Amino acid sequence: MARRIVAGLHTPSHREDSEELSAAQQGQAEWRLALRRLRRNPMAMVGLTLVVFLVALAIVGPLLAPHDPNMQFDAGLDDNGNPIAYSPHFLLGTDTLGRDQLSRIIYGARISLTAGVLANGLAMAVGLAVGLVAGYWGGWIGALLMRLTDVMLAFPGLVFAMALVTVLGPSLQTIIVIIAATVWSSMARIIRAQVLSIKRRDYIEAARALGVSDTGILVRHVLPQLVGVVIVYLTLNIAGTILLEAGLSYLGLGIQVPTSDWGAMLSGGQSYFQSAPWLFLYPGLALMITVLGFNLLGDGLRDAIDPRAQRR
Amino acid sequence: MVAYAARRLLWMLVVLLGVSVVTFCMLYVIPGDPARLLAGPSASPQAIANIRHHLGLEGSLASRYGLWLWHLAHGDLGTSFKYQVPVLDSILQRLPATAFLAGAGLLCELLIGIPIGIIAAVRPYTWLDRCLTLFSLLGVTAPSFWLGLLLLYWVAFRWHLVPLGGYGGLDHVLLPALTIGLAGGAWYARLLRAGMLDTLQSDFIRTARAKGLSGRRVVLRHALPNALLPVVTQIGLDMGSLLSGVLIVEVVFGWPGVGNWAWTAVQNLDYPVVLGTVLVSAVAISLCNLAVDLIYPLLDPRVEHED
Repeated sequence: MARRIVAGLHTPSHREDSEELSAAQQGQAEWRLALRRLRRNPMAMVGLTLVVFLVALAIVGPLLAPHDPNMQFDAGLDDNGNPIAYSPHFLLGTDTLGRDQLSRIIYGARISLTAGVLANGLAMAVGLAVGLVAGYWGGWIGALLMRLTDVMLAFPGLVFAMALVTVLGPSLQTIIVIIAATVWSSMARIIRAQVLSIKRRDYIEAARALGVSDTGILVRHVLPQLVGVVIVYLTLNIAGTILLEAGLSYLGLGIQVPTSDWGAMLSGGQSYFQSAPWLFLYPGLALMITVLGFNLLGDGLRDAIDPRAQRR
Repeated sequence: MVAYAARRLLWMLVVLLGVSVVTFCMLYVIPGDPARLLAGPSASPQAIANIRHHLGLEGSLASRYGLWLWHLAHGDLGTSFKYQVPVLDSILQRLPATAFLAGAGLLCELLIGIPIGIIAAVRPYTWLDRCLTLFSLLGVTAPSFWLGLLLLYWVAFRWHLVPLGGYGGLDHVLLPALTIGLAGGAWYARLLRAGMLDTLQSDFIRTARAKGLSGRRVVLRHALPNALLPVVTQIGLDMGSLLSGVLIVEVVFGWPGVGNWAWTAVQNLDYPVVLGTVLVSAVAISLCNLAVDLIYPLLDPRVEHED
């Protein structure tokens, strides 16, 4: 699941063509340029539309859902007690308990996005802290932190997460912490690589010569340069995090019944995949659209923020 | 070269030591009584006391870790409390099935990824390239467990082309391997396309074309080997993802490998087996990374070992 992580992103710097501008003005101009590039990228706009749609769905879902997601309808099962593929009442059919699939999928967006955003935010916070310390100060503590990321990267993500769930027990909160524990290390490496390249630039040297403290340099000169990378990887990694959450829930180790979660729905539908294929078809489709949206937006953001970065 | 290999091997041992610390911490630093965890929910107080003694849980954290490591060094990963078999044996027994699937999956990834990457890069920005790009985008985004079910439903259930499940020869491994291959292949196709586009613009390609070499020869013999290098690196880095993918695909298809075993263990709260699989898979990944690092300079003589 970490396949989408590509190291070696550069932050924007177009120093040569804006010498007369102040640093702040220059920064603003760069962001405006990036925004324009983003708007002109049709794939990124498709991604943005999907992401906005999903976020809206997660927020106002209860108003849109035609039914209570946990309501077991008598009319939701046919005369033989089997789920229904389609009826005007149940547009995406019902599950084996006669619950409305569409409503469950709409409510599932909330779980997926919550887990994706929170786990990813947590991982980025840890990765940022570790990457900054290891990249800026280095030394034995930096070396130690990097060796720790080496060790973490030696674990296959899903196996590691599975073991942690066994020990800690499944719930939304532990899933978020576990996913963060699984993915922080790759973020730390990306941030560290960035900090290492920023640290060598002339203006950092100049700031140090002027007597600016380390904290001052970090906050005023290094962190602002990292905003672009952080935004890009937050977006790209949300896709991976959502997949990891769904994977764990599919394995029965994530969100527990009766909460409607896409991964759990898929796993519930698997046993009936011959007689009721819609039970696994739609939740997977929802998952795929979500991941596609965040991937397209992330790719677009990367191209916009750093047009020279290698396209994948 | 030998010195480098020795250094890398030594370094791998350090990583593995770290891996053992993290695994140990997962079991022993968590709240609760590890002996009770290991003994299982239905164990008698006598059994718990035995385990506590066997693990040396009476001592300090450091001495407990030392003892655990000592057992580990002797190939003793404990005993599955559910099935009463040695953990290491139970994992090694299932390793061939997992290696078979992982190998077949990797082969599918390359068979799908390399041709698509080349074709897309040779005809960039045409409708063919866009179709292939869209395909690889969908392949990268589709959850593997969903893809597996889709393949099972259509290829096995509706079209009866392959058996619905079970373990065996090529017809059994086809769908699980394809599930792994579609996702990974899509990802390598994107990487290779980017690499090929870069390489095809370089001077030595222009020279090769100027010499009058055929287009096919320029692409396959001159551009491809160079563009494949970053892909090889990435394959090494992706071993963890590959194993994670194999695990979930094993569960989807009921493949009797290590992943399915780990999953069963998780459901039984069989901690020794769970931690054993974590440890074994981390070792496998470290070995693969080492192998890739050692093979790399053979492929690209420009690479020097400085680290």
